[in-house]
Amino acid sequence: MSAGAPNHTRRPDGAALVIAAILAAIAIVIFWQTSQMRVPPVQQRVGPTVFPYIVATGLALLSVGTLISALRRGFPARSKDDYGPIAWIIAGLVAQILLLSSAGFSIATGVLFAFTAKGFGRGPLWQTIPIGIVFAFIVWFLFARGLQLSLPRGPFERLLTTGAF
Amino acid sequence: METFDLLAQGLLAAMQVQNLVYALIGVTLGTAVGVLPGIGPALTVALLLPVTYRLDPAGSLIMFAGIYYGGMYGGSTTSILLNTPGESASIVTALEGNKMARKGRGGPALATAAIGSFVAGLIATLGLAFIAPTVVKFALSFGPADYFALMVLAFVTVSAAFGDSALRGLTALFIGLGLGLIGIDLQTGQTRLAFAIPDLLDGIEVTTLAVAMFAIGETLKTAADREQVDAQVMAVKGSVWMTADDWKRSWASWLRGTFIGFPIGAMPAGGADVASFLSYSAEKSFAKNPEEFGHGAIEGVAGPEAANNASAAGTLVPLLTLGLPTTATAAIMLAGFQQFGLQPGPLLFTNNASLVWALIASLLVANFMLLVLNLPLIGLWVKLLTIPKPWLYGGILVFATLGTLGANGAMSMGIGPVRISFELVLLLAFGILGYLLRRFGYPIAPVVVGLILGPMAEQQLRRALAISQGDPGILVHSPISIVLYVVAIIAVGLPLIMRLRGRGAVLGQLATDED
Repeated sequence: MSAGAPNHTRRPDGAALVIAAILAAIAIVIFWQTSQMRVPPVQQRVGPTVFPYIVATGLALLSVGTLISALRRGFPARSKDDYGPIAWIIAGLVAQILLLSSAGFSIATGVLFAFTAKGFGRGPLWQTIPIGIVFAFIVWFLFARGLQLSLPRGPFERLLTTGAF
Repeated sequence: METFDLLAQGLLAAMQVQNLVYALIGVTLGTAVGVLPGIGPALTVALLLPVTYRLDPAGSLIMFAGIYYGGMYGGSTTSILLNTPGESASIVTALEGNKMARKGRGGPALATAAIGSFVAGLIATLGLAFIAPTVVKFALSFGPADYFALMVLAFVTVSAAFGDSALRGLTALFIGLGLGLIGIDLQTGQTRLAFAIPDLLDGIEVTTLAVAMFAIGETLKTAADREQVDAQVMAVKGSVWMTADDWKRSWASWLRGTFIGFPIGAMPAGGADVASFLSYSAEKSFAKNPEEFGHGAIEGVAGPEAANNASAAGTLVPLLTLGLPTTATAAIMLAGFQQFGLQPGPLLFTNNASLVWALIASLLVANFMLLVLNLPLIGLWVKLLTIPKPWLYGGILVFATLGTLGANGAMSMGIGPVRISFELVLLLAFGILGYLLRRFGYPIAPVVVGLILGPMAEQQLRRALAISQGDPGILVHSPISIVLYVVAIIAVGLPLIMRLRGRGAVLGQLATDED
């Protein structure tokens, strides 16, 4: 990220305005949720609601600060980001999450590996997915067998460690 | 001398074969992961935490000590041989070290970094051993209000004092504090901000947040950057040994770096980046030939590298004696302690003295191992540097998700018939958050520190208020807390004045970005 000089045009920084709005929303949610808590009277002044109110107040103030910064364009210049690679990597993570319980660690994580490589411009998937599965299996074997970490098993792990599905 | 006895006992424990093996595995893994470009010490420690899950507490912490020091060493190799630094604390090293490597003096640059790190690590670890008991004695007299003031000071220095914007630093901190609210309140058993999701009752894991922010956020940012240039790896030509002249020019820089780095790490005054930056400026002004700076001056590698490591050891002073993490790396180490039910702080020294001293002694052992291992293995580390980006980041995400599953692999959520892991969903969500924070210039470390330190600060605040029956006046009742608040105000105010007077660029360079 290259931090350039603040841009002194009149238009406010749209993204920064969105950030200010999000911060305000989080502050409101914390205020609202905390006010819903039923607290015995003895705990009113030192109970579990004190700190959330402090944090929410802080977030509300920071939201105002961000708003001012957005209007004065105080944010550093942003690089133009490419969203294609991001989509590939997020797709890989989502695929892994969905596949884990049925296909097991190696297959699910092999897909994640291949999709991430694709995000960095390395393909094709029919080559990188098998590479990823083999790599993930080696990792699974080291950690699940060597270090007794509990990692989800699927048909692939069962086949290779016990010889049966 | 009580400290000598305790340290000697610790060394005996650390020298047991089993513990030596743990330390050796720790330094090797730490260096190997730390060398990888784009992985700083915080992520190194977070990624390798699962390796220690199944060990006993002593073995695990000893391996951890090795990982921590190894990760710091690994980063310096990266910054010297690659024109993009692997850890932010090494950026300054990259200035001179990379220039030296370009001139074919990569070997001596690595050697002065390694030996300087050893000298600094040795002095600073001994400093830790001798200062810690005093701080512990002092800390035992602290009341809850004093602890709260100390934590406020840590919040301020982590988020607002350095970096290019106090607003964004504080925002990052408050995001962390907000995340820290989630879950069951330990004192009353009340649920806060869990939105009726059972998985949120235990709160958010620090390691999940740290791995997501540092591994997934960083991967997304790197992948999205259109202007990325492939970094070039320098071959190490010629001898790795330093000439007599190199030694003559290095030794004073090592010592200066150590004495700059250790206090900065030991006080809650910012991370290793600040130390190495200050050391670089000091070397420049002490140098007999300042015109060489910027073209490969060995002093500019020796000083900052020593400062970097000394500050890493210094960070352990507040962490072990007060339970106060002042960097993201320290926050993750605190999480490592907590997985064994150990709470660092003055009581750890009295209740678990043998463990603490074995840990401190292991730092000395790890430091020595790194000196012996690092230079002969340079060839191997260079090979790690040449891993192409697609495989490197693919591997990082494999290990990031592995660690998260290893910590909590429960398939506790369901979408229709498909069971999914809630922890991985959190990892993805925080990864995207980490990317967005990076994109808009927010620092990451305050989020992680806020998450772990927030609940601790709340506990102290409520204890203090309970003692005073709700009167907030108690917070500024003791001289210790007043001094701490004054320091905190100076830490925010001074940079603000500097920024207003147009000196913000200097602070921007001091940004505590990674650890």
